[in-house]
Order: sequence, then C-alpha cells, then structure tokens
Amino acid sequence: MSALELRGLGRAYGERVALREVSLTLEEGRTLVVFGPNGAGKSTLLRILGTLLRPHAGEVRVLGDELPGDAWRVRGRVGFLGHDPLLYRDLSARENLRYFARLYGARETRVDALLGELDVLGRADEPLRTLSRGTVQRIAVCRAVLHEPDLLLLDEPTANLDPAAAELVAPLLARGTRVVASHDPERGLHDADVVLGLRGGRAEIAAPAAQVDVADVRRLYG
Amino acid sequence: MRTAAAVLRKDLRLELRTREAVPAMALFALTTFVIFHFGLDRRSLEGELAAGVLWVTLLFAAMLGVNRLFVAEREQGGFDAFLLAPVDRTAMFAAKAAGLFAYLCAVELVAIPAFVVLLLGPGPGAAFPELLLVLVLANAGVAVVGTLAGALAIQTRARDLIAPLVALPLLVPVVIASARATAPLLAEAGAGAFPAKWPLILALYDVVFGLLAYAVFDYLLED
Repeated sequence: MSALELRGLGRAYGERVALREVSLTLEEGRTLVVFGPNGAGKSTLLRILGTLLRPHAGEVRVLGDELPGDAWRVRGRVGFLGHDPLLYRDLSARENLRYFARLYGARETRVDALLGELDVLGRADEPLRTLSRGTVQRIAVCRAVLHEPDLLLLDEPTANLDPAAAELVAPLLARGTRVVASHDPERGLHDADVVLGLRGGRAEIAAPAAQVDVADVRRLYG
Repeated sequence: MRTAAAVLRKDLRLELRTREAVPAMALFALTTFVIFHFGLDRRSLEGELAAGVLWVTLLFAAMLGVNRLFVAEREQGGFDAFLLAPVDRTAMFAAKAAGLFAYLCAVELVAIPAFVVLLLGPGPGAAFPELLLVLVLANAGVAVVGTLAGALAIQTRARDLIAPLVALPLLVPVVIASARATAPLLAEAGAGAFPAKWPLILALYDVVFGLLAYAVFDYLLED
C-alpha cells in the first residue's frame, strides 16, 4: 500500500508559489529524502504532509487518507520534527513530554524510557531554556516519536546534533515510513529509497534512489 | 475534557513559572486606581462613578492578559504541536478561556480590596455576594471574548494592537451590564436594590458568545 501519493501538488503563500506540480508515490516502510536549496519548498511539503498547511492544488493522500478532507484521521499517526523543537522553553523535558503524551494519547511510561534512551534523563527536570540546542533537539526527537507514529516527517533532524548524539537518535528515527528533508547528498542518498529534488518549488528529481547520483543532487544547489 | 484539562494545567504551570500575565494585570489595576485616586481629586467614590471606574480598570487590565494568552503557543510552536495531535481543537479554546477566567479572579483578589481602600467610600459590605456574582459573570464574558480576540490577533503581526481593537467593542455590553448591576451595591447610603435584569443579561451574553466562540474557534486555527 502507498503511504504517500501526490498528484500535481501545489501550494502558494499569497503571490509566491512554494510548490508546483509535485507528483510522486512512496510505499509503506520506505524513506523519501527531499533535497533542495533554501526556499525550494521542502519545509512546505513536510507541513502539508503533516496537515499543518492545506494544499492549494492537486491531490494528496497520506497513509491512505486524502488531505485536507480527512486530515483528522492522519493527525496522531504522524511524527513531525521541524526546525523548531515545538517544546515550551519554561517547562522541563519531562513536563513537556508528559503534556504531549496526554495530547497524543501515548503512554506516559514512554516518557522516561525515551529520555533514558537518548541520555537526557539526568536533566529531565530542568527548564529547556537552560539546556543546549543539541539537548533540546534530542528532546524534540522524543516528542516526535512519543506516540509511535506510522509516518515520520523530519526536517534536517540531526542539524543541531554532534556525531555522537546523531548516532544516539538514529535508531528512533529509522522506523516506519519516513520523509526526510536533507542538505547532505551522500548521507541522504544512502538513507533514501526515493529521492525528490526541489528547486523553486518544482520537482526536478523524482525517482528511485538507485537512479540518482550525488552529482544530480549537487546540481540542485548550483 | 481531558485535553482541555491538560492544556489548562500546562498554561497555569507556565504562568506560575514565568509570572508574565497576572502580576502585570494586577499592577496595572493598582496603578490605575492610584491615578484615579489623585486624578479625580475626591476623597471617595460611590454609585455609578465607582462602578464605572472599577469595570473600566478591570477591563483594560484584562487586555494585558488577553495579549499574553497565546504568546507561548505562537513563539514556541505550541500551536503546531497541538494541531498535529488527534484532539478536538475547541479544547484549546476551553482551556485558554478557563485560564483567562482564573487570571481575572486572581487579579480581582488584589484589585477589589485595593479599590475599596483607595477609592470607595463604604465597602460593599452585605452586598458582597451580589458583587461576587457580577464579577463571576463578567469574568466569564471577558474570558470568552478575550480568548476569541486573542486567537484572532495572534495570527497577525500587530497582535498587541489587534486584540484590544477586536475585544473592546465586543465587551461594551459587559461593561454596561456590570457597571449597572454594581452601581447600587456601591452606593454611599449602603447597598441599594440589586437589579436582577443586569446579571441575567450578563449570563445571556456569556452563553451567546460561548456558543459563537465554540463554533468559530476551529477556523481561527486553520491555515
């Protein structure tokens, strides 16, 4: 079954077109890696798939449900990790995650288990504003996977992490169907089953990863 | 209900930790009473003038709370995290309105005694239960309309300006009804007859705007 089906997807912010005529299919359990320079439309695509933005043109099916009509069925099955951690700076990691566990209907016992897995249990009761960006990013990873989502939407998930921390979060982010926005051609192509290359909102590459090489991806940034 | 309780608990915890809204609202109310105390150059107020001063001050103090109501959600991504969750979105409205109601009650615990000491001739005395009823009904109206205006304003760049511009005209009936209901309670010769009409109007206002807010709040959060 297809986890994602996009046909002629378009989205604009006022006069500025962020995405135009994007089409692709991604099977369940596969990884789609989205490349493109800043402003290419990667974050917009992730926000549409996460039901945070409405598509303005085309058809979008996520986990078998059509957006925006059936968005309510998709919510709760998606884990979203964007540029912002979506956490409250004045609450601790534990308070934040317990709050989101209640919203997402997740088991609260998972909070400490995840914090332990990502080695932040020792600082679980400190307000986030006192923690480093890398530590906050690890807690944001916990938030994104807290409810064991079927689809992970990840926007440069390891951007603020050192190599050791990136290795720590990798197993949590390597489950189920994934859409990953990346600026790293080598790493991205290694992880990808399907590649989408965006420039100016257009899909310049939409192909299986085996048919794409690093030079193709680098051309998007040229 | 569980979701609204979770959001409310989180908001109250944030307010207790940051103390951004309630102290500012209370300080504003106290300062305004001091200004009235010297500006009006009268030893004490009573009746309609006292009621007018009280309600206008409380209403403007409430606007400070309205402006802060959704700031953490907007600046720290709480809106997105909430919108991604499989929950009824009106739970956020219920939680925010309940939070604002609690803030207003907390402010009045400080503001009403200060008003009595600084401006009022005789205290409300035996009329205190009636005053409490008016305060509760007016707080509910301000909380409902303030939450709606705050949610609308937070989507705009000039949110500090938009929230009062939207809320204040809608809250004129609350000020009129509250002031009319309170004026006899603050009369110099002791509490006058309590007009039942005005609390009923306040209750009707609360129900109408509560239903209206419930119906439209979902759309305010939409992209």
